[in-house]
Amino acid sequence: MDVLTHQPLHPDMVRDVVSDHAHGALLVFEGVVRNHFEGREVIGLEYEAYPEMVEPFLASLVEEVRGKWPGTELAVIHRLGRLDVGDTSLLVAVSSPHRAAVYDASRHALETIKEGLPVWKKEILTDGSHWKPNAG
Amino acid sequence: MPTVTVRHFAQLREKRGTHEETIEVPVGSTLADLYRLLFPEEAASNLSVGCAMNHEVQSPNTRVVEGAQVAFLPPIGGG
Repeated sequence: MDVLTHQPLHPDMVRDVVSDHAHGALLVFEGVVRNHFEGREVIGLEYEAYPEMVEPFLASLVEEVRGKWPGTELAVIHRLGRLDVGDTSLLVAVSSPHRAAVYDASRHALETIKEGLPVWKKEILTDGSHWKPNAG
Repeated sequence: MPTVTVRHFAQLREKRGTHEETIEVPVGSTLADLYRLLFPEEAASNLSVGCAMNHEVQSPNTRVVEGAQVAFLPPIGGG
């Protein structure tokens, strides 16, 4: 599975990676392009990444999740290039024997990605564009 | 003089007008020195960037090594 792609994302792309008959819980999170930012209309986003750093970052996140929630599996794909409003930019799938772990591990993975994944986002507005960092 | 490859992303890529360039730096230069050389305006302002060498995050005080791949990482926006 490629962790970065220019192709449209579908939940099955990560669901199938973590699916396991011994797991009773599976959660797929989708990050979706929204249509507004501080009252201004957003037309779309452009994402770019540093692939040579994204890949080890996510591999280490998978290991961290396996360590903190034994038996839990994680898969992440981030889309790159131009996205329109309503497109999925990020997929995070977690599966585990039990339900509590999937919510905790998914939230942890998402916050770690937002804080450290070397991916950049340009927001394209009706009246301009800017590189937008994640909120701290 | 050490030669390094510098990868550019986001606003810094737009500023340099290229994804990648090869640069000779004076012996003993740090990553911070290289950043000031490439981006004098940004270095003077408060755009906070991370430094990476050979795909690992490094302190700005790290010395640049011959043949390294360097990247200056603007504030990230993934997710």
